[in-house]
Amino acid sequence: MSPTIPILILAIPLFMFLLLGLLGMKMSHKLAGWLGCLGMGTTLVLAYCTAYTYYFGGDFVGANGERLMSVVFNETWLAFTDKLVISMGFMLDSISALMLVVITTISFLVHLYSLGYMEGEKGFQRYYAFLSLFSFSMLLLVVATNIFQMYIGWELVGASSYLLIGFYYTKHSAVSASKKAFIVTRFADLGFLLGILVLSFTTQTFDFAELCGNPTAQVTAFAGKTFMGCSLLTWALILIFTGGMGKSAMMPLHIWLPDAMEGPTPVSALIHAATMVVAGVYLVARMFPLYLWSFDATTFIVVVGAITAFYAAMVACAQIDIKRVLAFSTISQIAFMMVALGVASEGEGQVCHHGLGYMASMFHMFTHAMFKALLFLGAGALIHAVHSNDYTAMHGLRKFMPVTHITFLIGCLAIAGIPPFSGFFSKDEIMAACYAWHPVIGVWMSVVAGLTAFYMFRLYYLIFWWKEHKIEHGHKPHEAPLPMLIPLVFLAAVSCVAGFIPFGHFVSWNHLPYDIHLDWTIAGISVTIAVVAIVIATVMYRKENPLPAKMKALLPALWDWCYHRFYWDELYMFITHKIIFNGICRPIAWFDRHIIDGTMDAMATITNKASVAIRGLQSGQVQMYVWVYLIGALLLCGLGVMAVIL
Amino acid sequence: MEITLIFWLVPSLIMFCCGVYGFITRRNMIAMLISLELMLNSVDINFALFNRYLFPGQMEGMFFSLFAIALAAAETALAIAIILNIFRKVKNVDVQGLDTMKF
Amino acid sequence: MLFSNPLIYFVVIPLLMLAGLSLCKNIKQIRAVAVIGSIGLLALSTVLLVKYLAMPPINGDHQMAWEGSWQWFPQLNICLSVGVDGISLAMLLLSSIIVFAGSFASWTINQPKEFFLWLILLSTGVFGFFISTDLFTMFMFYEVALIPMYLLIGVWGSGRKEYSAMKLTLMLMGGSAFLMLGLIGIYYNSSVDGQHTWNLLEIARNHAITPEWQRLLFPLTFVGFGVLGAMFPFHTWSPDGHASAPTAVSMLHAGVLMKLGGYGCFRVAIYLMPEAAHELGWIFLVLTGISVVYGAFSACVQTDLKYINAYSSVSHCGLVLFAILMYNQTAMTGAIMQMLSHGLMTALFFALIGMIYGRTHTRDIREMGGMMQIMPYLSVCYVIAGMASLGLPGLSGFVAEMTIFVGSFAHTDTFHRVFVIIACCSIVITAVYILRVVGKLLFGPVHNEHHRQLTDATWWERLSTATLIICVAAIGCFPNFFANLIKPTFVEEIFKVFQYNS
Repeated sequence: MSPTIPILILAIPLFMFLLLGLLGMKMSHKLAGWLGCLGMGTTLVLAYCTAYTYYFGGDFVGANGERLMSVVFNETWLAFTDKLVISMGFMLDSISALMLVVITTISFLVHLYSLGYMEGEKGFQRYYAFLSLFSFSMLLLVVATNIFQMYIGWELVGASSYLLIGFYYTKHSAVSASKKAFIVTRFADLGFLLGILVLSFTTQTFDFAELCGNPTAQVTAFAGKTFMGCSLLTWALILIFTGGMGKSAMMPLHIWLPDAMEGPTPVSALIHAATMVVAGVYLVARMFPLYLWSFDATTFIVVVGAITAFYAAMVACAQIDIKRVLAFSTISQIAFMMVALGVASEGEGQVCHHGLGYMASMFHMFTHAMFKALLFLGAGALIHAVHSNDYTAMHGLRKFMPVTHITFLIGCLAIAGIPPFSGFFSKDEIMAACYAWHPVIGVWMSVVAGLTAFYMFRLYYLIFWWKEHKIEHGHKPHEAPLPMLIPLVFLAAVSCVAGFIPFGHFVSWNHLPYDIHLDWTIAGISVTIAVVAIVIATVMYRKENPLPAKMKALLPALWDWCYHRFYWDELYMFITHKIIFNGICRPIAWFDRHIIDGTMDAMATITNKASVAIRGLQSGQVQMYVWVYLIGALLLCGLGVMAVIL
Repeated sequence: MEITLIFWLVPSLIMFCCGVYGFITRRNMIAMLISLELMLNSVDINFALFNRYLFPGQMEGMFFSLFAIALAAAETALAIAIILNIFRKVKNVDVQGLDTMKF
Repeated sequence: MLFSNPLIYFVVIPLLMLAGLSLCKNIKQIRAVAVIGSIGLLALSTVLLVKYLAMPPINGDHQMAWEGSWQWFPQLNICLSVGVDGISLAMLLLSSIIVFAGSFASWTINQPKEFFLWLILLSTGVFGFFISTDLFTMFMFYEVALIPMYLLIGVWGSGRKEYSAMKLTLMLMGGSAFLMLGLIGIYYNSSVDGQHTWNLLEIARNHAITPEWQRLLFPLTFVGFGVLGAMFPFHTWSPDGHASAPTAVSMLHAGVLMKLGGYGCFRVAIYLMPEAAHELGWIFLVLTGISVVYGAFSACVQTDLKYINAYSSVSHCGLVLFAILMYNQTAMTGAIMQMLSHGLMTALFFALIGMIYGRTHTRDIREMGGMMQIMPYLSVCYVIAGMASLGLPGLSGFVAEMTIFVGSFAHTDTFHRVFVIIACCSIVITAVYILRVVGKLLFGPVHNEHHRQLTDATWWERLSTATLIICVAAIGCFPNFFANLIKPTFVEEIFKVFQYNS
């Protein structure tokens, strides 16, 4: 494959960023918006071409029918030593091609959607510039040929996410949310960096082709190296996974994602639902051949994922802000993907249940990107109509916004796992993988799936049903403009049919094509649970009734904890402000000003004091000098006389 | 009784010691200046004496005395000028009180 | 003969500028002299860089490019010896960029003639230091660079300027005293046959300093230069000094002068006394490791923009010395890149702070807010500088820090590992204080309504900041160019000593 198209895929968004960033202020809103869309549209076409060539072109199929990993180009960017080299390259394999499709699709739709949503906003051009920057960084991340390139993309998406969350920079909440997002993910990136250092130092390479192409060689490099009772490989992989935990908002580093909803809604759809937050999943999937060798690390992933999934689902049941609900739902769904990846491994390089979990995770990543983007964009349309994030301001909107209503319903059905919508298929594969790994995890995840269906339908009913919409000040909610509806309809259509893609033919852990078989028992259980949950939600929330209030009164403590997100934010507030800020920074600053600086000042003061003490001798009183002179002269005379005499 | 060198030197020494005593003890600058003049004059006397008694026929000592007298006059004029100026500024000619410029 | 060596012009041009300035009648002429001179320096260093890259590598046997030597005090064999390698060239380029940007940043200073006279004298010292290979001449230029600082801060500064100027000068002079002792010690041990020399290349070739003497002289020279490199606990001149200094002086001081410390530590202390460095390096590693996190933590709670930046400099310069003490090629390359990167971005920071201060007359972040709405250009530059400082890929901070971390991680013993991990933690703390400032200063609602009438950057301010941003981005986007410039100049011999000993 010639490198022209891949280079263009990366270069066009970067160029658009520079163009809009530097000259955007001189452009009209319309021009900037359409330029952004044009750039992203071109990238979309090129990415589709690339993915098509990869999957169907036939050039990338090996002797056994496996899909090959292909490095299209790889240029040295910074050479640390002869072996440790950061290159900037473009790697095409089954998952990066998949991500190319996902990212460019969602990004293009969001570009289009924003034409309507962001119309007339101050800083419209800046918004498009940041979107382009984000798309560039995300694409750089997924096509990385080496782990350091991925880290670079990783940092860049973090920064663009920071800029976009803080887009409404005059709002305090947006500023602190963006700050929080950046710092929390930065903290996770520290783990990632240390993981990279451990890994690269032991294996002497950053290159994915070497790391993952021949994992046994790398594992031998780690042989016998342990640290605090765990093998060094496990440490490296867990540290790298920490980076993924930060970006993918796993517990306990999830706290930034709900706050990140302060950004414009299309941004939430793009970054905080479909693309950036799955970077952690992508990272683990990318390094999967290595994770296969550390059962401890994958078990850690499963445990973190399972806890996060349940926690987020619980919290989502009690939120008022519709974007927060969706944010927690995202956390929960990403945790599904993480669990799926974890349960695909059995350690010692062996996969569990034919590596089904790997495929399922990628499948879910794909379908989730579509339906979660749909839900977020739908939420954007709602917010655009009522100018509030709370469902209390919505209620009964179905009559006013029919298209949004239908598409949102499709999204809810998809995420709840109702056939034949896409979520059903991908989630079913995850369940099958979980049950195969350990029944406890299977049951646990089934419960979470039930909760998912419940809170999504709770949200759906509270927005569109519950009671008649109260029209305030004569502002009738209106359906969104066309640029916003096209993405909604398109994504809804994708969510309806994506489940029927024979995904195993495109992505599998060993790159061999593979037929998906639905496990009807598990599917049956999942659907039953989902339907029951939906029925409960219907009973509770379809019409205004006192049942939810009664439930709340029944379990006030649980409600409180869920509503306050189990007080994680308060805990972090305490740690950062009370312990780190007041407990470390202030004492250090005090120490610096008073002890270190004090010592230096004291040295100066002592010098000063000493000179003051002896300056009395230099009185300037000529009479005293004469006295001293006289006495001295007499003494000398005396000495002289004595010398002569003796 | 022949008047020898010592007869002249003793008054000169007394004069010098008076000068030293005055210089050390007096706080008034004018008085100190006068004491200084006393010391100078005693030295002048010594010059003249030693020339007269030890090197008769030569004139160096005399010249020195004359020079010193002239210089003393100039110096006195200068000192008086300074003292007057100081007095105009601070209304005080006490050396211990003049520490404005110190440190 | 003297003037056929291109390096001499790094001193000649500033001296000509001084002469020109003393003839100037009005501000226009002064500006013209400053701009023409700094463009000349910039052009000279660029030309030399291009020529150097075209040369075959020459550092094999303690050699440098454009070597030359002219004796000026035969009794003690003191010469004006010049010569550069990749590192000094990089530093010269950095200095000329910052002098250029600094001239524009002090476009409207009071008493411009005197100001520029001292500023140019200071840069004469800086340039002279980087081109010298004679220890005494080097030291002389070092002092020339230090003294004008006193007047520049004391006269044109702000706040507690007399105190700060005195503190800065005295502390740096104290460092010089150590340094002088160390250098004299090196001179009298420079050769076995009694033919003492100040030329550091010859000293390195002779390798005659006995380990006993090295143990004595290494700490002296390292601390001497370390004071200027803001090594904990000798860093306290930096917050006060920077806070009180006028814009261009802060830029030059943090951007270039603090690099003299790191450069000297490497070029004199470690290069000439590798055995002692290997033996005693751990003490300084502990101190610099502390510097890195300590500076960052202190910066988190400061409220004065310049203090924040000064503590951030302590942290970043600590990283320079930290990496130098790792004694491997990657980490040392990283150290030099960090010097370049920190020099540029901190100059950018100080330039921006100076410009903001010039408008709002306060540097307290609690009294400002929402600057993004008032002066978008300056605010965007500030965000870029902040991003460079916290290590965003594509800007210079990232490549430097990563090179340092990857290089430092090559030490497998627990002691080094622990300190590398501690140093790595600084990337998180850096993010905290940078974002805190950015959030408070630039974002949020406008804090003080009077600030609404303030204007955005003028053309000379734009030129000054844009130059620096372009350089920061250039290093960040094409790091291999700089890595390749620096890397071959690390003489194999030192590393051989280290390997032999370990």
